[in-house]
Amino acid sequence: MKRSIELTVNGETHNVFVEPWWTLKDVLREQLGLTGTKTGCEEGDCGACTVIMEGKAVNSCLVLAVEARGKAVTTIEGLAGPDGLHPLQEAFIEYGAFQCGYCTPGVLMSARALLDENPNPSIAQIREALAGNLCRCTGYIKIEQAVLAAAGKLRS
Amino acid sequence: MRFEYSEVASLDEAVSLLRQYGDGAHVLAGGTDILVMAKEERVNPEHLIDIKPIQGMAEITWDGQRGLKIGALATIRAIERSSLVMEKAPVVSQAAHLLGSVQIRNRATVGGNLCQAVPSAEMPPPLIALGATARIFGPNGYRTIPLEHLFVGPRRTSLGRQELLVELEVPAVPANTGSAYLRFSPRKAMDLAIASAAAMVRLDDGRCSECRIVLGAVAPTPIRATKAEDTLRGERPGAGVIERAAELAAAEAMPISDIRASAEYRRELVKVLVRRALLQSIAAAGAS
Repeated sequence: MKRSIELTVNGETHNVFVEPWWTLKDVLREQLGLTGTKTGCEEGDCGACTVIMEGKAVNSCLVLAVEARGKAVTTIEGLAGPDGLHPLQEAFIEYGAFQCGYCTPGVLMSARALLDENPNPSIAQIREALAGNLCRCTGYIKIEQAVLAAAGKLRS
Repeated sequence: MRFEYSEVASLDEAVSLLRQYGDGAHVLAGGTDILVMAKEERVNPEHLIDIKPIQGMAEITWDGQRGLKIGALATIRAIERSSLVMEKAPVVSQAAHLLGSVQIRNRATVGGNLCQAVPSAEMPPPLIALGATARIFGPNGYRTIPLEHLFVGPRRTSLGRQELLVELEVPAVPANTGSAYLRFSPRKAMDLAIASAAAMVRLDDGRCSECRIVLGAVAPTPIRATKAEDTLRGERPGAGVIERAAELAAAEAMPISDIRASAEYRRELVKVLVRRALLQSIAAAGAS
């Protein structure tokens, strides 16, 4: 049975009417029009749907919308601030850390969650934080370099 | 995937909804397994009962008498990063670190990992090796069982339809005890074990006074390699007896051949993993 829930996404509160089996990913994309969060494998392997919920990176395809009630959700649309792109986004452009871009929103959200928790990560820690984000175009070296560079910029 | 959804704030409420909704009801914790199963229509729950709002069930605490208590709703990530777990049961934190991705570990719970009872699951072998017990709540109140008695078969537990796993208790590890958990998977990240082994060894005056060896992914459930354990107990742990224990453990394994590995390969892996896990445990016991 559909129910009305409040979702707080990128600091804004929305009232949405959802079926209990709708995932957070589908509600973000189809009810709120936030299509930056991508649909990938639908089973928590690829990370294309990664968002940050209560400070933690999660696969939004494996979170029910009803489970996200009252939780602070940040999507890729909330990464850039009023002053422009987030340093992670700038570094991804500078280092050419994406080609087709499909995995990029998820990678950026995982990287953001990592840097919020650990402002000075090693390459090994970056790899571990991004192990749940698959990229089928560029390989991961440029992504690692971009995250490392953004971390340095954020610390300075 | 279609179901109704209820949140519960207490164990009593959970049990009463499980009774009310009968066979179509399923407990929802982290959801990283049940939602995948539901999407693939391998299970078709009619009603998910979300137990996450139950207070206190995600806590990790230490008590000198009873040891480490880990609430069933503790996430795998919380266990991985808990300084208490790292200090009191490091092998449990190490196993948590191997499970899935950060995103999965942020949602998946230890209770879910145990109750889904997948033979290759990361958490059962180290917890069983440390002698963990499982506290269960149901219509008749609480009962406590050795964790290894939770597992009945692939995706089957000894829990009644209206019972829930509430908490794990990992007894305090005496001095001179070492433990290790090793698994083999073709990929380093985001992969399942094709064989795993956990060991716990206690040394008194250079002899093995207690040991447990637990195998994962090579039988319908995680299993103790009891013949291998018996061979080690009372002995000075030299290369000969360790090799004998590893061979006995390989013989005790009941692996299957499937898309991920052949039975023969899994059996060979058991020998190697048990040998290495014993060597690491013995070294850690000697150093502690």
